[in-house]
Amino acid sequence: MLRLLAALLALSTTAHAQGFAGLGAGADGFATPVPNPSFSFPADHGPHPDYRIEWWYLTATLTGDDGRDYGVQWTLFRSALLPTTSDDWTSPQLFMGHAGLTTPDQHFSAERLGRGGVGQAGVSTMPFRAFIDDWHMTSTATTGDAFDTITLAARSTDFAYDLSLGATGPLIFHGQAGFSVKSANGQASYYYSQPFYTVTGTLTLPSGPITVTGNAWLDREWSSQPLSEDQEGWDWFSLQFDSGARLMAFGLRDADGGSFTSATWIEPDGTTTPYGDGAVTLTPLATSTVADRTLPTEWRLQLPARDLDIETTPLNPAAWMDTSFPYWEGPIRFTGTHHGRGYLEMTGYD
Amino acid sequence: MLYTALQSLSSHWRRRPGQFAMLVLGLALATALWSGVQAINAEARAAYDRAAATLGQDQLARLERADGRPVALETYLALRAQGYLVSPVITGEVRDGDTRLRLLGIDPLTAPPQAQTPALDGDLDLAGFFTDPGILLVSAETAALPLPPGLPPLRIAENIPPNAAITDISTAARLLLRQDPSYLLVAPEQPIGLAPLSDASDLILRAPDSGSDIARLTDSFHLNLTAFGLLSFGVGLFIVHAAIGLAFEQRRATIRTLRALGTPLRTVLLALGLELTLISVLAGAIGIALGYLVAAGLMPGVAGTLRGLYGADVEGVLRFSPEWAVSALIITLAGTAAAAAQAMLRTARMPLLAPAMPRAWAQASGGGIRAQALAALALFALGGGLALLGQGLLAAFGCLACLLVGAALALPALMTGALKLIRPKSAFAEWILADTRQQIPGLSLALMALLLALSANIGVSTMVGSFRATFLGWLDQRLASELYVTAPSADDAARLMQALAPQVDAILPIVSAEVRLFDLPADVFGIADHPTYRDAWPLLSAAPDPWAQLERGDAVLVNEQLSRRENLRVGDMLPLAGGLIIVGVYSDYGNPNGQAIVSLSRFSETFPTIRATRFAIRIAPEEAPALATRLRTEFGLPEEAVTNQAQVKAFSIEVFDQTFLVTGALNVLTLGVAGLALLTSLLTLANLRLPQLAPLWAIGTSRATLAAVEMARSLTLAALTFLLALPTGLALAWILLALVNVEAFGWRLPMRIFPPDWLALFGLALLAAALAALGSTIRLARMAPARLTQVFAQER
Repeated sequence: MLRLLAALLALSTTAHAQGFAGLGAGADGFATPVPNPSFSFPADHGPHPDYRIEWWYLTATLTGDDGRDYGVQWTLFRSALLPTTSDDWTSPQLFMGHAGLTTPDQHFSAERLGRGGVGQAGVSTMPFRAFIDDWHMTSTATTGDAFDTITLAARSTDFAYDLSLGATGPLIFHGQAGFSVKSANGQASYYYSQPFYTVTGTLTLPSGPITVTGNAWLDREWSSQPLSEDQEGWDWFSLQFDSGARLMAFGLRDADGGSFTSATWIEPDGTTTPYGDGAVTLTPLATSTVADRTLPTEWRLQLPARDLDIETTPLNPAAWMDTSFPYWEGPIRFTGTHHGRGYLEMTGYD
Repeated sequence: MLYTALQSLSSHWRRRPGQFAMLVLGLALATALWSGVQAINAEARAAYDRAAATLGQDQLARLERADGRPVALETYLALRAQGYLVSPVITGEVRDGDTRLRLLGIDPLTAPPQAQTPALDGDLDLAGFFTDPGILLVSAETAALPLPPGLPPLRIAENIPPNAAITDISTAARLLLRQDPSYLLVAPEQPIGLAPLSDASDLILRAPDSGSDIARLTDSFHLNLTAFGLLSFGVGLFIVHAAIGLAFEQRRATIRTLRALGTPLRTVLLALGLELTLISVLAGAIGIALGYLVAAGLMPGVAGTLRGLYGADVEGVLRFSPEWAVSALIITLAGTAAAAAQAMLRTARMPLLAPAMPRAWAQASGGGIRAQALAALALFALGGGLALLGQGLLAAFGCLACLLVGAALALPALMTGALKLIRPKSAFAEWILADTRQQIPGLSLALMALLLALSANIGVSTMVGSFRATFLGWLDQRLASELYVTAPSADDAARLMQALAPQVDAILPIVSAEVRLFDLPADVFGIADHPTYRDAWPLLSAAPDPWAQLERGDAVLVNEQLSRRENLRVGDMLPLAGGLIIVGVYSDYGNPNGQAIVSLSRFSETFPTIRATRFAIRIAPEEAPALATRLRTEFGLPEEAVTNQAQVKAFSIEVFDQTFLVTGALNVLTLGVAGLALLTSLLTLANLRLPQLAPLWAIGTSRATLAAVEMARSLTLAALTFLLALPTGLALAWILLALVNVEAFGWRLPMRIFPPDWLALFGLALLAAALAALGSTIRLARMAPARLTQVFAQER
């Protein structure tokens, strides 16, 4: 299945470098993001089948009633073979769900695959619900934005979680009002977030249930070719400062060792400041060996424009998502000029 | 020295190319039949394993509807929405005229890893697989068949069952015009916190199918083939034994000379061993080639039989495997070694200066008629003891071996005895009789081979014939009604039955429930009180008037499997529905599970929620096809929901005749091998016996008369052998049916006898004997008088 999906998402690629998970693939037949977008909600919370790839991506930094730190990830990916839809088995809209749960000494991951059309997986907007099997992200908001209050659940053979989330701030838009450039060649995606969630809920571990509280961050992104072909992977940070401000920062690594960076500074009231390529510097400090790979699990992150210079450490260096496309995704803490918690995702380390 | 010895010894074969050819041919035929049968069995078993492993059915449980109809798409989605890891499969058949293709539509996105969906990797155009028009994955054999038109592009892949294609569920849904899964595959490990799947769904959870059912069903068929192969091999070894023994004897002079010239015994034995090895490798190679041809020729028939009889899909194509060839060669070498052991031993013990005595050898080799007869008696006693007291398959086979070896050993004594009963009326007749008696030891090995071949023939064809007759009888019993109808639901069934009632002779609802009896799965059927059952359902044992007792509701019929397994007899209580008295035991061939039959009213009291969706219709047979058509058109029932029993029976008979083609072909081949053994022996004896015949010629008996006597004698011996083979063959059939079958499969086949077949076989035996004697007879009739006169000059 792993090879199957690798092949699925690597469709219509050429023989040379194609980036992580086929995200550098050509976009023939699919729509491509254009600058100056205008979003319309709740429609844009829903799927965009004429774009090749899309995701609903939630990460949560949590603390249990046992005093320990936990992290939770819930993602629904949509990958289209063709820019069309149907309501039977022939639908070319494929869905992939990923669930992760990190404790200081354990990491659990699970994956679900399914096709849209018959109704095993999909996203609807009125009311908002993104689901695959019994995994779901469901809006419980009766007023305001659909993302203001949601419930979230996933379950696998060895773990489960069930969370309620409420937003304390507005949606925020990355890059140029949601048009997020990913390479010097102009590859881009539509990208917005809800970074202001507070969370309560229950984690179920093999040892039993744990009640948790914390914060969460929801990312929405869609595109048809978000990476250029020579980009190998990315390092992505979502940080919550003790002050209430937030920072999103990512670096897209080139095959030749260079990097394309981007960041968004988010004030507690939701005011954003985008930073283009080069404004933020990401420096690996220490590596760990996870799943026979060497990954930089401790980082130095500098954003001089905000007098920010911090060092991050993971809750659990072994937060490896053992899925069709394996990657590292786990909760972090940071110290330096600022303090707080966040999430780190690292892809393309082979 | 070794080379010289080898050269001197092998010069024998140059002088007697006929003998050499016989040795090679005998060995090659023995190898061919044995290895051919092995190849067929191995191929069929591999096909069962492949079939069992298709989509991981040997490891994955599945969910299906009790009535076998498709699972509603909503049911599947509801299970997924609750978190259960189940994966849909849409199967069905695309048909157009005579061409058909079975489709297995899978969902690779949800299929558990154990399903091992074939070769879905980077080589496959996955967008093409998932989207219109789709791709059909088929085996190379299937791709070469004529297939229905208008199919999506084919792609050759490994491990696809024959006559089937694996494709995406979307493609199968489009080609078969339905969205509902046929069944759901169940992942072995389900998410935490979920109720057991059996509680969450009213679908039937079927445990992984290890493929043992089909293997068990077909075992008796393969046992037949194996028995044939083994017997042919044994018969072939008789030829080899005779040919090698004779050659050793004829080469005594050469060996003596070699030894006298100073060649060590060890070198002579080494040379002989080397020579035999070379010959058996040569003959083995020929035999393997022949065996492959035999197997390849029979394979389509075998595949047809297995498919029709047991629903086992087996490719009609034989794969050549080196392991098979090597094992066949090893068997040939081992067989040669066994056949040559006696001759080698004698050579090793031969006094250095003993003269060559071919005639004496011929007599001595069959010698000890009395000792053989005693050994035969002991073997019969042992066999009888095993039959009466023995337990298990091994005892049954031991009994079988005792019978065959005993019969072969008893043959010379019985034949001599039979000849003694004849009272000759003239001196010439007396001479013929005496001469025949004298020849028996020389011919005994060949005659034993003939006996074994004939016995095997009678035994196996009696077994197959009994099986055929019983199976067809069983079909009659199971398919006593003209039409069988499956309705979409119990309500539909009730409506249909009501609508049809005025138009037909009778409507018999069929209800069944899966239960556990004695902690094993079993089926309970409820049947209506009707002459259809009273008349057609043959009971192996029964209480007086069992059907009336059954109808009263407190009685039950059980199948033979359940009766044998749990040692239940008529009069015992069956722990079902509070205890029911067993009033009859019925045969139920090929079913591994226990089964019980109760009255319809008792059934509905015991299983109130189960209502009939199937029913049988009694109607005048000639009106059945028209009614079947009306049921499909007016009531919109799908093709497979209406079964016409006449078609099913016709198809079954056709299948059985294919079975007979295979066993018939093997029968003729075995007999051919035995005929060849007789030919070898007669040819050798023909030369050795010239000194006996020459005086008769000299005192005035014409060559033609002598030749006629030779022919008559050969025919008489064959006829006597046949007479002896008849009881042996019937005993063999009895052992196969009453002992081996019961031990192996748990049910006993009633033995039926087929005297017309015996007559045909008798004719065949005489024909084989006539053909075998023809050569030496003609030679004798045409022999130059000078050659006969020379006898007096040259022989001692």
